Amino acid sequence: MKIAIASGKGGTGKTFVSTNLFKAFKDLGYSALLVDADVECPNSLLFYKLKKVDETIVKEYRPIIHSEKCVYCGLCADYCEYNAIFYVPELKQIKLLPNLCHGCKACSVACQYGAIEDSNTEIGIVSSYIDKGKNLYFEGRLKEGSVSTIPMIKSTITQASKQLSDFILIDSPPGTSCPFIQTSIRSDFVILVTEPTPYGLSDLRQAILTLDSMNKSYGVIINRAGLGNMDLYDYLSENNIQILGEIPFSKEIARIYTQGDLVYDKMEDMNLLYRELCKKIINYGNSLS
Amino acid sequence: MEIAFLSGKGGTGKSSICSAFISLANNVIAVDSDVDAANLYLIFKTNDTSQTNYISGKNAVINPDFCIKCGICKTLCQFEAINFINGNYKIDPISCDGCAICYRKCPSNAIGMIHSDESKLYVGDFEYGLLIYGQLAPGEENSGKFISVIRNIAKKKASEKGIDKIIIDGPPGIGCPFMSTITGVDKVVLVTEPSKSALMDLKRALDVAREYSKQIYVIINKYDLNNEISNEIQFYCDKLKIPIVAKIPFDKEIVYAMVNKQTIIEYNKNSKIVGILKDAYEYIINK
Repeated sequence: MKIAIASGKGGTGKTFVSTNLFKAFKDLGYSALLVDADVECPNSLLFYKLKKVDETIVKEYRPIIHSEKCVYCGLCADYCEYNAIFYVPELKQIKLLPNLCHGCKACSVACQYGAIEDSNTEIGIVSSYIDKGKNLYFEGRLKEGSVSTIPMIKSTITQASKQLSDFILIDSPPGTSCPFIQTSIRSDFVILVTEPTPYGLSDLRQAILTLDSMNKSYGVIINRAGLGNMDLYDYLSENNIQILGEIPFSKEIARIYTQGDLVYDKMEDMNLLYRELCKKIINYGNSLS
Repeated sequence: MEIAFLSGKGGTGKSSICSAFISLANNVIAVDSDVDAANLYLIFKTNDTSQTNYISGKNAVINPDFCIKCGICKTLCQFEAINFINGNYKIDPISCDGCAICYRKCPSNAIGMIHSDESKLYVGDFEYGLLIYGQLAPGEENSGKFISVIRNIAKKKASEKGIDKIIIDGPPGIGCPFMSTITGVDKVVLVTEPSKSALMDLKRALDVAREYSKQIYVIINKYDLNNEISNEIQFYCDKLKIPIVAKIPFDKEIVYAMVNKQTIIEYNKNSKIVGILKDAYEYIINK
């Protein structure tokens, strides 16, 4: 079963939930795999002592334009839906703007004069790691300066999904648009982590609209409960949305987290909360099959 | 002058700190470029808000009546968006990137391109000037392009109204929306917090930001949650000669202010945080 841990608003505690939940699943005797698909800012693996076992360089199509062969017909620029080809025929100027290119290859299909050479560029690395207990971890890491977030996410999840595991936990990127959708669509269940503040609620609403339009099952974890106000609770009950758990606001939790430790290991009530969360997810999984 | 607030890691306090700066600036164009999770409009109520639809993307659709099942579209598609299901070619709208190569090359003209224009762009007056923000329709893409559209409107409005400051509340991450926000701005403020995760993301954000901007400032929010990591951030920034313009202590009043839909300055102008923010603001504007 693949579970995406997502949020809408950033910094609500996705990584916090993923890392603790991962440990809880393993303690209950399940095989679990942790995948960090927040490829722009991957952080989950900071919480473990790991050894790298493998890495794959992920590449994406990029054309190379040979201006000496170019007849300045402009068809490539016309085909490019992303305005990634800078083209001024009067000045015999043509070049690729790599940050705008989506790698769709339309320019290459358009060019009849052999002026566009097919090539690939590195957009990031998917690495796999192992801990002492032989548990596997995957991390996708976008190359700094690259804008190809979506292909990196796809590649990370595809590679991780080749592993056989009872539970694959996918720590997702924030937001509600493409990166969020690409992780959710590849999951059987989505855990939305939010906080009871106006920002948290506003972004959660947007995330839920998106998941509803995709017919995805989801539940909500309220982090930093006690901080903020009750609007979130009203919204969840009015819309019959399942609350999977509430994590109280506490400086102690924040302190343990900032040190890179797991509250699951350090606090008894958190240990219990995550075990309960596992059971809810297992029950959901059983109801599917 | 365009000033952008960014962070790498989400939830470090960009919007709270940025909104405080906006209220300090007064007579300002405020821009929310976090188009998939905009928040500034919750704090700043606008009047006479104009709403326009923004074409955020295109999707290809196959008309099965015209499809001759040659499969050329599937071969050309680089996004694995076209599948052969139950004897028909179908386009998965979530995977489709809108590149239109299938549409251009279909020999039987069976493919059309549909524009999605449900994303909204808002411009309205508020207490401190003009607020411009976007809201991407659920599931829409192309946020980078949307951000540059919003920023262009902001610049136009600034020159029309003779306003010299544009303050941008940016998105988390370091990918496309980050770059779209940072390209060409005068000053970049990175808001971080003392956690291992945030430090790692700050380093990545700095690596990218330094390629684009010469004037970068760092604010450490909730610095006293972990003094050791705050010192590590200080050390790292000193090495790169990036000034840390504020160290803000953890204070629940920042959250209370947000819940009250106010900036911290409006919520409690006597808070010690307000002094720290004012000093940081002066520093960023003048140096």
